[in-house]
Amino acid sequence: MSQHAHAAPGGVRLAHHFDDLQQQHESAQLGMWGFLLTEIMFFGGLFLAYIIYRNLYPHAFELASHHLNVVMGGINTAVLICSSLTMALAIRTAQTGGGRVPQIFWLSLTLVFGATFLVIKYFEYREKFELGLIPGPSFIDSHEAIASFGLDEVRHARIFFSLYFAMTGLHAFHMIVGIGLMLWMMRCSWKGYFTPSNYDGLEMFGLYWHFVDVVWIFLFPMLYLLGAHAGGGGHH
Amino acid sequence: MSTHAATSSTAVAGEAPRTNYLNDGHTLKSWLLTVDHKRIALLYLAAITVFFSVGGLLALLIRAELFTPQGELFDSDTYNKLFTLHGIVMIFFFLIPSIPATLGNFLIPIMIGAKDVAFPKINLLSWYVYMTGGSMAVLVIMLGGVDTGWTLYPPFSSTYSNSNVALTAMAAFVTGFSSILTGLNFMVTIHKMRAPGMTWFRLPLFIWAHYATSLVMLLGTPVIAITVFTMALERVFHIGIFDPTAGGDPVLFQHMFWFYSHPAVYIMILPGMGVISEVIACFTRKRVFGYPFVAMSSLGIAVIGFIVWGHHMYVTGQSAYADIVFSVLTYIVAVPSAIKVFNWTATMYKGSVSMDTPMVYAMCFMGLFLIGGLTGLFCANLGLDVHIHDTYFIVAHFHYVMVGSAMFAYLAGIHFWFPKMFGKMYPEGPAKFGAIIIFVGFNLTFFPQFILGYLGMPRRYHFYPEEWQVLNVLSSAGAMTLGSGILLSMLNLGYALINGPKASTNPWMAKGLEWEKASSPPVTANFETPPVVTEEAYNYPSQLPSPAHH
Repeated sequence: MSQHAHAAPGGVRLAHHFDDLQQQHESAQLGMWGFLLTEIMFFGGLFLAYIIYRNLYPHAFELASHHLNVVMGGINTAVLICSSLTMALAIRTAQTGGGRVPQIFWLSLTLVFGATFLVIKYFEYREKFELGLIPGPSFIDSHEAIASFGLDEVRHARIFFSLYFAMTGLHAFHMIVGIGLMLWMMRCSWKGYFTPSNYDGLEMFGLYWHFVDVVWIFLFPMLYLLGAHAGGGGHH
Repeated sequence: MSTHAATSSTAVAGEAPRTNYLNDGHTLKSWLLTVDHKRIALLYLAAITVFFSVGGLLALLIRAELFTPQGELFDSDTYNKLFTLHGIVMIFFFLIPSIPATLGNFLIPIMIGAKDVAFPKINLLSWYVYMTGGSMAVLVIMLGGVDTGWTLYPPFSSTYSNSNVALTAMAAFVTGFSSILTGLNFMVTIHKMRAPGMTWFRLPLFIWAHYATSLVMLLGTPVIAITVFTMALERVFHIGIFDPTAGGDPVLFQHMFWFYSHPAVYIMILPGMGVISEVIACFTRKRVFGYPFVAMSSLGIAVIGFIVWGHHMYVTGQSAYADIVFSVLTYIVAVPSAIKVFNWTATMYKGSVSMDTPMVYAMCFMGLFLIGGLTGLFCANLGLDVHIHDTYFIVAHFHYVMVGSAMFAYLAGIHFWFPKMFGKMYPEGPAKFGAIIIFVGFNLTFFPQFILGYLGMPRRYHFYPEEWQVLNVLSSAGAMTLGSGILLSMLNLGYALINGPKASTNPWMAKGLEWEKASSPPVTANFETPPVVTEEAYNYPSQLPSPAHH
């Protein structure tokens, strides 16, 4: 919207094809929620696959889940929740007319949390590579995998790790896109685009960021905490 | 008739503003970086015409092969690639975007009295995404094609095929996002951009149809995206999710695939139904009979259409209870479609019917859709489907819906709004002649396929027993006839684009903001003054006493 928008007094930016700011705001909001709906359906395909295979192979999923690093996953969960707080504070600052410096402060903090998440994720992925827990044709022949899961369950554990990498990978991709968008938001913030009368861009980005957080809130227990209530050992 | 079009165009010649969206900027950049929904519609129109021609040529090659039972023209591998590419090009690059991305893009803002869609840049982005996906599909063809059938079923696609499956999957994946962006734009535009007075139940039925379509695009397309993406992962990294030797389930792919691909059928047909509503109202000079029912039937189709996908899978071994539920739901989804056909027919009753080209196409649509829809009920039947599953009966059924209905509606719409889009009239005689050739060619192509399928000829084979040759030759001859009819119509419109006489603002004397308030062709901002709506849709003067409104 920014290119063909004309600046009105007070940094209010109304695109040429809208009648007023309210219409522009409502359109942006509905569009963003509609987009998030498509995201839910997009992730939904993998969630469906997860539900089905967890039902088919509950034992293998529990065994495989114990090879994930709960501490790292837990820290990442906390990091993301913090990033959602700072994101909300960035929007709150724009809403109440706080200047660009506090806006950029909160956004930078959100950026740092997001980057921390990805760094921790990197170490987690590396650990899986080192343990040979990478799904692929070699997985079912790998000695480590057979030793961990036994000949009966190794194929099914592979499906768990496939889903783990597909789901967390897709989530991480969304985080990377989010960080790219965050840099753009910081630039807009620096130019003073976000004022109490119009901070649509920042608000919509916030919705995206919170959505990506919420996806993780589902992924963490689904992937990391299987069988945790049974004392961490499962019942086999 | 061309006569009243010609007289009215001379009457108002010179009234049209000199600057319109077509001549507002002549550089290539002003087209390729435009955010005007009308220009984006034309970008789509150009691209879609190319893909349609490619898909059509592939179809002609398939039918040429089937002239003889021995398969003399191509070897089996090439034949597999021909029908696969025909399906992929026609479905992802013609049928799904055809009406929404061209007519929908052009008309939705004008019909509701807006200056543009809600997100013009995203609209442009959707075209580039479409072109990226299209280029990937062209690359697939250049690299030697793909042979899985458009359905891309694993484990053949993920494990055994030696063709360019992953790239094809990514082409479908990318193109899907253009569909999502278009749907998002339409949904928000229809909710938020309506002119003062344009209440929901004053909306033209074209808009209702596109609203329902946009919901299907939004909710369905992401699922096919993740499905083909996972299939590509399966092929490249062997992740095992769809691989039976690894504990995965290939039938899960079929469920996820049809969760989108059945509703996708409604992405293809609903906009066409919207076109038919407009055309029938205009050429019978009557308000569409039972307007609210026709509007709601679009939503009904969109909603119920999401829960019928299992009828593609009666023979996969899904549970018998699931079969029964899907079968009943499939019968139910036929009800809103039937409501539409009954209501269009009732609209024509005691209407003042004139048989201009768009109306000829609309009448063809109604007859062909009736056959396509009713044979769909054969396929919904649990017992009968086992006999006709994967035969030419299915091929004939879905071509009656996809070609006989969706393509006929597209041609009806293109002819109906051509004067609005380009400010030119086309020669009526060749247009009508083309429509009749297409109708005859179409039936000759696909009606014999019902019989072939019922006799047991399976789809996707290029050898067949000699006793089926007569019907196959009829079908192939029909395909050539159909192709020449389409070529004639395209040439006719191409000629009109250059040499056609100037069209007036409202050559059909139709109701609707696009005809009454926007010039032909419209100005860049669509209207000289923002319109205010004070009456119902299709408020044609009637012989019957009607409530006074002036």
